[in-house]
Amino acid sequence: MSIKGKAYIAGIYEHPTRLALGKTLPQLHAELAKGALADAGLSKDDIDAYYCAGDAPGMGGIDMIEYMGLNNVRQIDSTETGGSSYVLHVNHAAQAIATGHCKVALITLAGRPAADAQEGARFRGGGETPSAAGFEASFRPTIVNMYAMCAQRHMYEYGTTSEQLAWIKVAASHHAQHNEHALRREVVTVEDVVNSPLIASPLHRYDCCVITDGGGAVIVVAPEIMKKLKRPAVKILGAGEAPKHLMGGKVDLTYSGARWSGPKAFEEAGVNQKDIKYASIYDSFTITVLETLEDLGFCEKGKGGKFVSDGNLISGVGKLPFNTDGGGLCSNHPGNRGGMTKVLEAVRQVRGEAHPKVQVPNCDIALAHGTGGLLGSRMGSATVILGNQDS
Amino acid sequence: MSETKAKVRAPKVNHETKAFWEATAKGKLNVGKCDECGEHYYYPRPLCPFCFSDKTRLAECTGNGVIYSYSVNSGKEPYTIAYVTLAEGPTILTNIVECDFAKLAIGQKVKVVFYDTGEGNAMPMFTVA
Repeated sequence: MSIKGKAYIAGIYEHPTRLALGKTLPQLHAELAKGALADAGLSKDDIDAYYCAGDAPGMGGIDMIEYMGLNNVRQIDSTETGGSSYVLHVNHAAQAIATGHCKVALITLAGRPAADAQEGARFRGGGETPSAAGFEASFRPTIVNMYAMCAQRHMYEYGTTSEQLAWIKVAASHHAQHNEHALRREVVTVEDVVNSPLIASPLHRYDCCVITDGGGAVIVVAPEIMKKLKRPAVKILGAGEAPKHLMGGKVDLTYSGARWSGPKAFEEAGVNQKDIKYASIYDSFTITVLETLEDLGFCEKGKGGKFVSDGNLISGVGKLPFNTDGGGLCSNHPGNRGGMTKVLEAVRQVRGEAHPKVQVPNCDIALAHGTGGLLGSRMGSATVILGNQDS
Repeated sequence: MSETKAKVRAPKVNHETKAFWEATAKGKLNVGKCDECGEHYYYPRPLCPFCFSDKTRLAECTGNGVIYSYSVNSGKEPYTIAYVTLAEGPTILTNIVECDFAKLAIGQKVKVVFYDTGEGNAMPMFTVA
C-alpha cells in the first residue's frame, strides 16, 4: 500500500499579511481556506476532510470546522508536531484519500505572534512536557540556544563554520528580493550575516528566521477530482515522518528526524536525491537547513557546510535551489511554524508558478521538508515529495 | 559535593521526580539506573526508556562530566546553557556557571555545583573542573 499517485495538491493559498492587526486567528484560517478553494476551483461544500495542528483555536479541528461552516467533513486530523505538522498533514490526507475515506482535504495554518506581541497578548505556545519539564525549564532553554547547541556540536565534529552557515541566509535573501510579500527583501552577504549580533553563540541574528503573522492552506484531492479541475496537477509521490529525541540521555545533536523521514519518502516516491530539482527545507535557523540537507542525503553527513557554500542553494546558480520564496529566514514564518509555506513554494515550483526570477526550469520533481519542536531536544520531522502529472 | 549557591527558579516536581529533587538538597546528583538492562539514563523515570523494565532506581553520580555542547546566550546578563555528558554515561541539560564563558570549549571537564531554589531542592549546574 502506497500513497504514490493516489492524491494530488489541487489548491494552495498563502496569506499576504505579515502583521495581522485587526484580524483574529479564526478569521485568518477562514481567509486561507477561501483562498485555497478559489485557487483549486472548488467550493466549501466539496470539503470532506479537515486538518489543522494543535495551535488552531478551539478543540482539535472541531471549532474551526464549525466557524468555517464545513458541513460535510468525514475525516479529521489535528496531529501536532510543531512547525512540521502541515507537511505531515499532507501525508495523512493522502493516506486518507488513498484508502477511500475522503476526496477533498483542507489543511490550514494561521498565526499572529507579531500582532499578539504588539497587543500585549501572551504567545500561545505548547504546554510543557510533563516529567521532562522539571529537568529543563530552570536552565533557561530558548528556541535559539536549543538550536545553537546543535550548531556548536556540528562545528566541533565536522569543522563547519559560521561563514558556511551564512551562505544559507545569503541564498534565501537572493530569492526574497523577488517576493513582494517577503518581510526582508534586502540581499545580504556572508559578512553581513557573521557580523550581525550574536543571539546565542554561535548563531547570529541573521542565522535566525523572521517572526511574522499570516499562514497558508493546502487542498489535497483524489485523482478523479483533480481531473475535473483546471489547475496544473501536482502529484503526491511519497512521504515520510519521524520524531527524534534525547534517547534516554544518549544525546546526539548532529542529526534530525529527517534521517528517517527522508529515506521513507524517497523509497515511496521511487526517486533519489539527484531527481529533486527543487527543495523547500525548513529554515527556522541556518543550522536546521544544514543538518536536514545532510540527513536527506543531498550530501554526506558532515559535508553540509561545503555543500551550501558558494551559492549552491541559489536558483539559477547552484545545484539545489532551495526556498525560492525567501523562506522563513527572509519571507515569513507564520505562527512560528514554517512547514506550511515549505509545501506552498514546492507546489508553485512544480506548477511552474514561482517568480520567474527563481523558477527552476522543468521542475518535474520537488521536495518539501518540515521540522517541528526543538532540534536540540525533541522534534518532529516530515518529508513529502511532489511531482508533475508526468512524474 | 559543592555547597549550594544563590537561588534559581525551582523545577516542577511530580511524584515520579520527587526523590531526585529531594536528593539535590543534599548535594546529590542522580541518574536513572535500570537493573534489567544495566543502562544509566536521564532524566529518571519509573520505566526504563531503553528496555521498558520497571526494575529501575536512582543511582548517585560522581558529579564529573565533560561539555558535549553549549551556547552562550547574549543579553544584559549572559548565561550559558549546555549539555554535559556525565562520567556515568547520560548527557544532561544544564547551565555552565562561575567561569569565563569565552574560554569554554566542547570536551572541557566540568563538575557539578548546586544552586538552591529556596523550595527544598537545588538545580545541578556545572563549572570548570
